[in-house]
Amino acid sequence: MSRRALLELVAALAAAAIVLLVAALVPWLRFVLTIAIAKGIAVLGILLLLRAGQVSFGHALYVALAAYAAAFAAPRMPEALLLLPLGALVSGAVGLVVGLFVVRYREIFFGMLNLALSMVFYSVLEKFYALTHGTDGIRLPAIRYVGTALGPEEAGWATLAVAILLALGFGAFVRVYLLSPMGEALSAMKTRETRLEFMGIPARRVLLAAYVLSAVMAGCGGVIIAMTTRHVTPALAYWTASGELVFIAILGGAGSVFGPFLGAFGYELTRTYAAALVADAWQMILGIVLLGVILFAPGGLWGMGRSALRRRPAGEGAA
Amino acid sequence: MAGDVRFAPGSLTRRAALGALGVGSLALAGRSVQAQAAKPSELKVGIATYLSGPASVFGVPGRQAAEMLFDEINAEGGIAGVKVRPIFVDEGPGVDHFVGEYRRLVQSENVNIIFSAISSADCLACTPLADELKRPTLLWDCGTQRIFEDARYQYAVRTQGNATPEVLAALLYVLRAKPDFRSIAVVNQDYAWGRDSWAIWKTAMDTLKPGVRVAAEFFPRFGATDFSTEVTRLLALRPDVILTTSWGGDLDAFIRQSAERRLFERSTFVMPLAESSLERVGKTLPAGVIVGGRGDHWFGHPSPKDPALLARFTENYRKRFSTWPIYPTHHMAQAVFAMKAGYEKAIKAKGGGWPTDAELAAAFQGLEFPSLTGTIKIREDGQGLEDQLIGTTVHTDKYPFPVLTDMVVFKAADITTPVGQKSLDWLKTLSPDMPGKMPAPVPYRG
Repeated sequence: MSRRALLELVAALAAAAIVLLVAALVPWLRFVLTIAIAKGIAVLGILLLLRAGQVSFGHALYVALAAYAAAFAAPRMPEALLLLPLGALVSGAVGLVVGLFVVRYREIFFGMLNLALSMVFYSVLEKFYALTHGTDGIRLPAIRYVGTALGPEEAGWATLAVAILLALGFGAFVRVYLLSPMGEALSAMKTRETRLEFMGIPARRVLLAAYVLSAVMAGCGGVIIAMTTRHVTPALAYWTASGELVFIAILGGAGSVFGPFLGAFGYELTRTYAAALVADAWQMILGIVLLGVILFAPGGLWGMGRSALRRRPAGEGAA
Repeated sequence: MAGDVRFAPGSLTRRAALGALGVGSLALAGRSVQAQAAKPSELKVGIATYLSGPASVFGVPGRQAAEMLFDEINAEGGIAGVKVRPIFVDEGPGVDHFVGEYRRLVQSENVNIIFSAISSADCLACTPLADELKRPTLLWDCGTQRIFEDARYQYAVRTQGNATPEVLAALLYVLRAKPDFRSIAVVNQDYAWGRDSWAIWKTAMDTLKPGVRVAAEFFPRFGATDFSTEVTRLLALRPDVILTTSWGGDLDAFIRQSAERRLFERSTFVMPLAESSLERVGKTLPAGVIVGGRGDHWFGHPSPKDPALLARFTENYRKRFSTWPIYPTHHMAQAVFAMKAGYEKAIKAKGGGWPTDAELAAAFQGLEFPSLTGTIKIREDGQGLEDQLIGTTVHTDKYPFPVLTDMVVFKAADITTPVGQKSLDWLKTLSPDMPGKMPAPVPYRG
């Protein structure tokens, strides 16, 4: 393992410890942090697509799909360790089918097609009222963890722990993936797709693999959101929810696997504190933060942090 | 906001620790879930309402009413000598954000009681949380009847009616006012309330007056601005009655476009929520339209229990906000009055001592408290019994908008689903002579 990889591993574990510490010290933040990590996992998938220069405005589809799969399965099978793979499987399977079509398109067409499909799912959730209860949503029963029924307090901790483990796992996986030929091919697609084809690498398959992976990650995020809020509504699939994921990706920066999580924490905490500070103008604060990031820190929070470390003469360890 | 938060003993270290972590000045530490029995220096009330999005047409009047009534309570010295302070949270961003906000209100802001919410989804999500976090919660405006029919809660009660009596009252009114109608069309917003209210109406109508033909069912997109398709179809179909339980901008647009194309001249309109649109649409809404306001809410209520109270509220609200109070302001008033009555009942039961959270929650069960127009009783299942007022619009010179005449105030107990029954099952057991038993209509008196 290279020195840099070791350093990143330590940083990731330290971040996980900080999250646990904050959740222990400020009980109400545990919920917000769990949601933030879930969204971070979903954005990690978007990061893969961003590497290929593609922005999906519809990944809330996979978050909602898995969340609803969990909500429908939970009454019969209230086991977190089964619901998570189920959600990932459902999202991954649908991602594969949808992916076969959307990877033929690039840029705005790719983004808009994804958006359209997520809105189709949103409408399905609303229209099949008898099944889904429409906008009122479905409530999940108490979830078991490895067969044990936990109290609300312990269940909150268990969900946070599962989320952190998944975040660490997926983070490590995406980091390895991006350095693998499949990952490098994604960056190559962004630079010049034709050259990739000349080298004999099918660009569509490269993108399809990334797309399915991103759907699986969004699915895991969706199940965690469902287990945390224990109430799913079609709003999860609405286009603003997809926009939120892209917002987080931009806020965090696409340069590293830390970006999505930094972005997710930044987004959720900004939103929570802005809402606490000014209940009727929190959107403005959120907008100003995003504008600030776009104008002054195009690399996102991760880019800001890295350049700050680089500028410091003693910061050689982070280089 | 952070500056004036009172910290519970023992939580300062948490705050210090958090400050060290850099979360900083905004971090608000909270007490753990334990029932305090000491009299607090102030009574904090978390209020969930829509401050953004289309439902802010209800949310903002609700907040205004709360601000005004909290000021009035404080001017009188507070509740049992404790001043009250509202903390508003926006329901706009959706359920997952609201669930986080609810936790923040309880665990960080450390509110004593919560008023929640306008959205039925938010109410469905937060009632189990109320029991889990053990914080008394008043459901102040949401409509779904599912909450107390599907489960029982210790810490949450509803200080208003629900969708079933609200829709049933309008149906009974139509059955009496226009007993020979043969066909009906519905134009409801495409979301839970639009679907639920039509299911309630249809089930009750099929029981009370079987054989009515449903000419068309339209569920235009929530937030739609163009109803030309629906109006064209309705002009061609000529149903005797057109029902719409829409509200806000959707309803305003539908009224304007229907009036422009003279649809009102062909069919009788039933609008169980139009009381909240009267001032905005003005006399575009013709006379002869059947209108309700989700309860017995109207500033011109024919027989308020305390006429001075209603008049004073209406006058003060108009003076302060330059607009007429609409039903969400009544619902907010009910939550405020219920809170006051609940505290007084709990304090009395404890012989003057300050109640714990559990004692306060227990006091709300079976509580009777005044509304602006009558009295509301909270049943043993937590559901509030609220009368329903339905009337027909009429134009007068005194107001620049339609007012109500031929008003019927339905008694809550007659039209609310009994404890332990599900609405859609109960509606199938209604007896066909029900419309004949309703109270006599009262005409408008200038």
